[in-house]
Amino acid sequence: MGDYIIEVNNLAKKFDDLVAVDHINLQVAPGELFGFLGPNGAGKTTTINILCTLSKPTSGQAIVNGFDVVRQQSQVRQSIGLVFQDPSLDERLSGLQNLRFHAMVYNVPASIREKRIEEVLKIMELWDKRHHDVRTYSGGMKRRLELARGLLHYPKVLFLDEPTIGLDPQTRNRLWEYILELKQREGTTIFLTTHYMDEADKADRIAVMDYGKIVAMDTPERLKRKVGMDVITVKTDDNTKAAAEIETSYQTEVRRDNDELVFAVEHGEKFLPKFIKEFGTKILSVSLRRPSLDDVFLKLTGREIREEEVSDTFKAMVRQRGRHMRR
Amino acid sequence: MNNLRGIYTIWYRDILRFWHDRIRLVGAIFLPLLFLFVFGSGFGGMMGNVGSGVNFAQFIFPGIIGMTVLMSSFMAGVSVVWDREFGFLKEVLVAPINRASVAMGKTLGAATVAMIQGAIIMLFAPLIGVAFTASTAAAMLPLMFLLAITMGAFGVLLATRIRSMEAFQVVTQMLMFPMVFLSGVFVPLDKAPAWLSTLTKINPATYGITSIRQIALGETSGTTFGVSLFGKTLSLWNNAGILAAIGAVMILLAMWSFRNQE
Repeated sequence: MGDYIIEVNNLAKKFDDLVAVDHINLQVAPGELFGFLGPNGAGKTTTINILCTLSKPTSGQAIVNGFDVVRQQSQVRQSIGLVFQDPSLDERLSGLQNLRFHAMVYNVPASIREKRIEEVLKIMELWDKRHHDVRTYSGGMKRRLELARGLLHYPKVLFLDEPTIGLDPQTRNRLWEYILELKQREGTTIFLTTHYMDEADKADRIAVMDYGKIVAMDTPERLKRKVGMDVITVKTDDNTKAAAEIETSYQTEVRRDNDELVFAVEHGEKFLPKFIKEFGTKILSVSLRRPSLDDVFLKLTGREIREEEVSDTFKAMVRQRGRHMRR
Repeated sequence: MNNLRGIYTIWYRDILRFWHDRIRLVGAIFLPLLFLFVFGSGFGGMMGNVGSGVNFAQFIFPGIIGMTVLMSSFMAGVSVVWDREFGFLKEVLVAPINRASVAMGKTLGAATVAMIQGAIIMLFAPLIGVAFTASTAAAMLPLMFLLAITMGAFGVLLATRIRSMEAFQVVTQMLMFPMVFLSGVFVPLDKAPAWLSTLTKINPATYGITSIRQIALGETSGTTFGVSLFGKTLSLWNNAGILAAIGAVMILLAMWSFRNQE
């Protein structure tokens, strides 16, 4: 151990006949922003629940901040901050009262309590609203308050389970500014699950989970490179001639898209200067597109991540509740 | 130390919420006050003495105080169901505090609020013509607290197993009204027919109501309005002891159940 803040070895969780988490391994380094991706029902939330001691694994081991999630629950809980998929605030109390409650249960020393509360509320720009009841907050404000709360006790790891779900794009962007600022200011390790590929792209490393298994784990950059080649779009004054030239010179398939030619190559950024220099036909315009995480996801899981979002989020929630009820 | 902090924090939040929502207090004491005035001073006059020179108002008054405490503490478990429904329970369950102390804090919170309500009802004694001294009132408090803890823990126990607000309300009402009616709040139990008498004896509330009344009437041997178990008439100390034993079991069950929920 030692080098990693989160270490998961051969972790599995079964619900009746369903294997929600199928013997996964992963490590997260301190200070990392780790993205955890996967379609709904892939086992992301179950994994997070195990890591934050809300659920016990069927087998395997998970270590957070050097503590075992089964045998040292209390120490693990003290080490982590959490923002859940569903809200978990006391709406009848004010923002300040919610944070005071949290500071007390997490044993933030009384001497620094008020100062720390002020600090996190100011980072999240909620200081002016601190005396208002949480039920009067907007969705974005509630999320920010939960982020502030998650940070309050100086956690080593902050778990964010779909932190921006249900928020409008503008609020999402603001929230992300806060998250990135946090990472910088507090050096907190962030373990994030998300549906949004542009958010996952901000992670230092991502793991893609599908049917309870981790199907890929790497930096977003390398995952994209592994999965697909770069896409070059070029426009020339003689597309027919150019297409033939590309096909013979670079052994790649050229597709016509209106008056443009599209083809894929490896290491597009190195290919492009060479291509422009050598090419015999006059180039009018050229562009390079990197494969997106959507391409990665599609290739790895055979599905678009967004396809099933709306209806299945609901189904997954119902399923989740059902599971809890049976317990 | 850690556990005490947990208990205190959970208790504190419940008190804070109660204070936040103090208009609830009016609703909570309305029913007991209605009973008190209608049965105590209203119809009470028609009933004359219920026995041993005790008039109906004197008889019913400690019963209604006990009922207030019982209902309030028992229903308070709904806050656990409420917290689960609104997600806040998750915040509590992942906190680095022992879950048994969460159950304890919830029980104490329920009991505290119930005590406040019971104490308010006490203040109405002069209005319905029941006189008792401050020391009598003070002596009633520990027994009210014991009843509040017992019923509060029972409520929390149910709340850990019942997941919907509606179901919780149905179950608690189904249990609460029989407990109230079969505990001797409104009528002396000593003249009850045998089958009813058996039911009253398995009702935990009976020992609370009876002991509170024994203190209020200054009649601690149990000869008037007493309960007899296995041919023995229960004294104040017997009743309090049985109540304490039931209370201890309820708390242990509530803590165990709270710990074993996911």
